[in-house]
Amino acid sequence: MTALRVDVLGIGAWAAGFEGWPAMRAALRGDASSSAASSPPSSPPSSTSCSASIDTRRPSHPSPALLPATERRRAPESVAVALEVAREAVGMASATHAIEASSLASVFASAYGDLAIVDYLCATLATDPMLLSPTRFHHSVHNAAAAYWSIATHDTGPASAIAAGDATFAAGLLEAATQACAENRAVLLVAFDTPAVGSLPMDEPNTALFGMAMVLAPTKHPVKSALAAPTIALTIEIRDGATSLPFPKIASLHALSASSPSARALALIEALASERDARIEYPLSAASTLAIDARRAG
Amino acid sequence: MTPLAITAYTATTATGTGNAALEDALVSRRSGLVFNDYTDALMGVSLPTWIGRVAKIEDAPLPDSYAALDCRNHRLAWLAIHQDDFIVAARAAVARYGSTRVAVLLGTSTSTIAASEAAYRERAAESDRYRGRDGERDGERDGESPAAPRHADLHHLHATTSFVRDLVGARGPCATVSTACSSSAKVFAQAARLMAMGLVDAAIVAGVDSLAASTLFGFRSLGLVSEHPCRPFDVRRDGINIGEAAGFALIERVDRVADEVANSAPLLIGYGESSDAFHMSSPHPEGLGARLAIQTALDRAGIAASRVDYINLHGTATLKNDAVEAALVAQIFPASTHASSTKGWTGHTLGAAGIVEAIVALVALRTGIAPGCLHAEQRDPVCGPQIRFDNQACEPGIALSNAFAFGGNNCVLAFARDAKALRAARERSNAAR
Repeated sequence: MTALRVDVLGIGAWAAGFEGWPAMRAALRGDASSSAASSPPSSPPSSTSCSASIDTRRPSHPSPALLPATERRRAPESVAVALEVAREAVGMASATHAIEASSLASVFASAYGDLAIVDYLCATLATDPMLLSPTRFHHSVHNAAAAYWSIATHDTGPASAIAAGDATFAAGLLEAATQACAENRAVLLVAFDTPAVGSLPMDEPNTALFGMAMVLAPTKHPVKSALAAPTIALTIEIRDGATSLPFPKIASLHALSASSPSARALALIEALASERDARIEYPLSAASTLAIDARRAG
Repeated sequence: MTPLAITAYTATTATGTGNAALEDALVSRRSGLVFNDYTDALMGVSLPTWIGRVAKIEDAPLPDSYAALDCRNHRLAWLAIHQDDFIVAARAAVARYGSTRVAVLLGTSTSTIAASEAAYRERAAESDRYRGRDGERDGERDGESPAAPRHADLHHLHATTSFVRDLVGARGPCATVSTACSSSAKVFAQAARLMAMGLVDAAIVAGVDSLAASTLFGFRSLGLVSEHPCRPFDVRRDGINIGEAAGFALIERVDRVADEVANSAPLLIGYGESSDAFHMSSPHPEGLGARLAIQTALDRAGIAASRVDYINLHGTATLKNDAVEAALVAQIFPASTHASSTKGWTGHTLGAAGIVEAIVALVALRTGIAPGCLHAEQRDPVCGPQIRFDNQACEPGIALSNAFAFGGNNCVLAFARDAKALRAARERSNAAR
């Protein structure tokens, strides 16, 4: 079996109550002070209520610093969260490693894209289709966040936008790591999903806005200085046999982890937060598993 | 890159079902476009445009065992995958390599959105009835969805990909690529990477996009829909015709297929992906990202631009796309390169355009006839001699297919007619250096 070996050079994360990687990392490490004041979605997902558990004192979505001030408020929340976590991850990676920001490859993974926009589109088309907003139509393409990223950062590298249902995070990770190894380049992986809105039939409606990003590079990616921070190395393999979706070990984040297909990333990024060796497995299909070994690299 | 064999392919477009219909239409210059008669989702609104509609989908529901998943996009996928014995070849690859060693990668821009639109329309109708019975009260927005189609498996981007994966029985890596109009070009690149890393032995790549109110009204809202049959590279061009289509290709490693197949199969020899990093819906004025994608594809193929015989252009028939693309082709390629857009046959099939037009390039390589453009008569002066309106018998050996999408997302694919044509083109490329 072939294994993909990549280093994680940077991480970004956002969920209500955990606005940024430092807050998310503290929560994933079980640091009691980190989560006491916050209110992540803590009730189990219900089939009808989609937003009851979001704390209204917290911002419902981040303000994307990459966009001009005039565009920040108008940006869909999917774009806002994707840009913010991408900015954080690439900023971290660039601090220690030589990252060619103008030709960085990117993979944006989201199971549903922006559900508020899907709801707007379907509702408008059902009532007065001639009123459909061209701006909202722009925002409805699955690669909207990828496009905003490339425009905001002048990144002419390849950009993909993928979905794979419940396996969306695993499929995104596999594509990003495969591209990093096959093309010997750094790849930005962004995974995000938005809370359900309206009456789109869903088995388990998304309950929270979530985003996370990682910069992956083949091992021995050039560093800026000998003092570069240690990275986490991932060894990724496809194994025959089924598995079930993983949860983070810390119970208080189980509800957030189950809040959308992208939030399943929490099981992996918990290993990155703890800086301990770990093995995480994701279902890739009904008969195959994506097995990831995370190890602290010098 | 190591060339990969394309051992089976099929396309179903407005020109008809399967490769024979497509070939016949291309050679006889028969357009599949019709004046917009797709009224299912138009809410009684007249939308004067031409469309590329696949016939008979309405009369071909899925078999009972798939009834819960019945919708236009899945019917189109079902119809297309059963043409040219594609499903037989796909299942044979799954049996031969093992289900977990075969990837299924499908490009689509809107997947099953028409089913979601229908769910909302039925809900709005119910709510109107409710209002009628009960005075001023508005219908509830939350709670239960309309009676049909309410199956949750229908209402997300990956729905058609899951459906196709289950039809062929593959259990390897499986993903939906949705980068608007480059979606099903990028699946070839993703497949090439998985195969380069030894993660799979074969990949089933696909593109499926069907007519929907979202795209018809969405492109209308942008002022990009033409009231005429589209006229790529004509100075009078004024927009696109939306089409629907499905295409499938089976990609295998050359060293894993029989010698006879390795020698005769068309080859995927390169791919190039880039972003314009410029604007959401306008191409970069100098075609910066498109140039980068073309050059990357040529570099991966080990082919000089001078050795490209045919290019299937993105050629949407919008003012900007065609102006930028024509200027770029004139700068990069010699006069001997024959370049055309075939959207006058199929319409712009959006997420399916990448693979459909890759298959048009494969058809040109196989038949030796490079198609021109339909409905175009007055050349835009920006066009170089590369852009041809007429078909031409030219026995192409190397072909490119361009896909330039919304958000400045570009993907260019490079193909060779067979191993011999690739060897010849590489030798002459090296000699020219």
